[in-house]
Amino acid sequence: MSKKEVIEKIAFNVIQGRVESEDEGFDEGFQGQPGVVELVEEALKEETDPRTIVIDGLTKPMEIVGEKFEREEYLIPDMLASAECVGAAMDLLSPHLIKSGVESKGKFVICTVAGDLHDIGKNIVAIMLKGAGYEVLDLGADVPTARIIETVKKERPPFLGLSALLTTTMRIMGDIMEGLEREGLRNTVKVLIGGAPTSQGFARQIGADAHCKDAFEAIHTLKAMTA
Amino acid sequence: MEAFRQGVVVRPYERLNADQLTWLDKASMAILEDPGIWCYNERAAMLFKSHGARVWEEPGGHGCWRISCPAGLIREAVGQAPSRFVLGARRPENRLLLDAEIPRVYFGSGSEANVWLETHLDKYIRAEDGTTERLIPHYTERRGNTALLSRAAKLCEFLEHLDFFIRPLNIQDPEITPDNHDVNKFFASLNNITKHVQAGLTTLEALPHVIRMAELIVGGREALIQNPIVSFIACVFKSPMQIVEDTADKVFAVVEAGLPLVISSSPQGGSSAPIQEAGMVAQIHAEILAGIAMTQMIKPGAPVLYGSVPVRARLDDLHDLYGCPEFNQYNIDCVQLARFYKIPCYSTAGVGDAKVPGIQATFEKLLTHLFMAMSGAQYIHYAFGLLDRTNTFCPVQAILDNEQIGKVKHTLREPKVTPDTLEDMVGMVRKVMATPHRLFARHARKAMHAGDISSPFRFESKAMEDKVIAHALSHFDEIENKPAPRLDPSVVDAIYESVPGLLPGLRQGR
Repeated sequence: MSKKEVIEKIAFNVIQGRVESEDEGFDEGFQGQPGVVELVEEALKEETDPRTIVIDGLTKPMEIVGEKFEREEYLIPDMLASAECVGAAMDLLSPHLIKSGVESKGKFVICTVAGDLHDIGKNIVAIMLKGAGYEVLDLGADVPTARIIETVKKERPPFLGLSALLTTTMRIMGDIMEGLEREGLRNTVKVLIGGAPTSQGFARQIGADAHCKDAFEAIHTLKAMTA
Repeated sequence: MEAFRQGVVVRPYERLNADQLTWLDKASMAILEDPGIWCYNERAAMLFKSHGARVWEEPGGHGCWRISCPAGLIREAVGQAPSRFVLGARRPENRLLLDAEIPRVYFGSGSEANVWLETHLDKYIRAEDGTTERLIPHYTERRGNTALLSRAAKLCEFLEHLDFFIRPLNIQDPEITPDNHDVNKFFASLNNITKHVQAGLTTLEALPHVIRMAELIVGGREALIQNPIVSFIACVFKSPMQIVEDTADKVFAVVEAGLPLVISSSPQGGSSAPIQEAGMVAQIHAEILAGIAMTQMIKPGAPVLYGSVPVRARLDDLHDLYGCPEFNQYNIDCVQLARFYKIPCYSTAGVGDAKVPGIQATFEKLLTHLFMAMSGAQYIHYAFGLLDRTNTFCPVQAILDNEQIGKVKHTLREPKVTPDTLEDMVGMVRKVMATPHRLFARHARKAMHAGDISSPFRFESKAMEDKVIAHALSHFDEIENKPAPRLDPSVVDAIYESVPGLLPGLRQGR
């Protein structure tokens, strides 16, 4: 298979949402054929430029997936499957990209705040952001405020995402904002919040930079912030 | 049979235990022996007599014979009825496989409502602010006619959860007479739907013409017997316990023609039958068994359905009351009794007392759609579009019923729990637990694409406004714009040449 063919296959499998060979795709009949992970490994072995893999093999097909989702041809599981493909590919490509001097779109620290164990929404956002080319550092759920502040201090991420599903735990987001202010970190990081009880008004009230109702809005917001 | 509609095979919910079934059956036999049957058809009375029943003419010369049937006679005759047969259809994949020993549930339309209910959306402006607009449904009643029946048949062709078609509308065009009622009713149906078509007969004389029409469609007599695209309903019993003269003649004719027949009875608990479950079911079971026995005495092995339509009276005006618990109780018991005798069951669900679509209609319909599907009745009629008991057919309601029945069928699908699926699932759990996000969404895809996962309610509104009727109306408009699955023009020509009484306008589907 030529380098070009491998890239085309990566792109095809991103659209199919096949991370590994054992995965089923959007269409039937592909199980057992190489998935994105195997194909990226093959591309790297053939010394394909990692930037070409990212642009032609991952970014462009993800745009097609986004369009399919907007046309309601794809549902959330299809979108997530494709995003997971890109995430898995990025794990393999990261060291090569760094070597080539290519930077990610930025580090995004994400977590569900203290006292709240709900992490489905947060996980979806993490997968989608990784698929969109961000370096995601997921701290998990029920994360103490002090640990979040400490991570921001240590990792210096340009973005922090906070999630809460309870009206009782969303207030913790305000404590985190105060903590960032107190530690002199507030101007180093854009804070995005989300979760069922949160709103634009609440984001303004606690001084967060944005409220995102779902993963897609998070991607759009980040695009706007970095434009 | 290679192709047939799948319906849904359920694990039947049963409310009667084995003892109660036996007691009910014995009570029915006791009723058939004493007081027995009041029979207003001499040929039928003599048929019972020739098979060993005690028959005598009632004094007074009113043409009424009393029949006292011993249990053995009934059981022996009913035992000859087939447990399994096919109801045909214009498209082979739309045929129905009825098997009394398999609780495969089909849903279809029914009744012969006089009224077609048209839905419109009127715009209202909120008095308080003068700007907020709302679309509110309004309804107009139209008398049923052949054009509307044609539209109903076409609509039902496109309702994916409707498995068979019983004319839901009475045709009342000025040109329709008792003599041409049946041929026009059947033609309007058969020319607009490729599913099984069933109806009662207005006149016995129309039967040969209806059969001729069906033969021309399928390609001859033998083809019709193999693929009976039409079948008939006979309410041979007028409750309580009376065999009707002209309907008995129709039973003879249909059975002799070799076409499938529903022996239907519809007593009303509280007026023409006891309102108590035990009494109602004992009586209707007696009536249906006697009707089925009659078909088998005419022709052993005749394909027949156990047609149970027991209803309850409202106690304020003695009209039928459909959306109530007793309706389910009576009907579920009948399904069990049909299964006891290994005869496919024609049952009932989806009728309500509501006059327009809405919350009341949804409640009443779901109460019976769900329970009767759970009962495992093979052939559930009345399930689409009926309102105001059985007096109104509303196409928008039929669309809403289709959505509801789809969800009911999905709920009752056979569980996919096997050693193989469980091995896959355990593997999936292990795989997902090894990922950082432990999210199963990606693995929903295979089930989603295989159609194992249901969709959200088709007519949902995303905002704080109920738009169910508006969405259903727009779906109806989409269906109306599709072409009807008309018969081949050469077949239509042949039908018009040999079947008298067809309205000229129907040739063009009007």
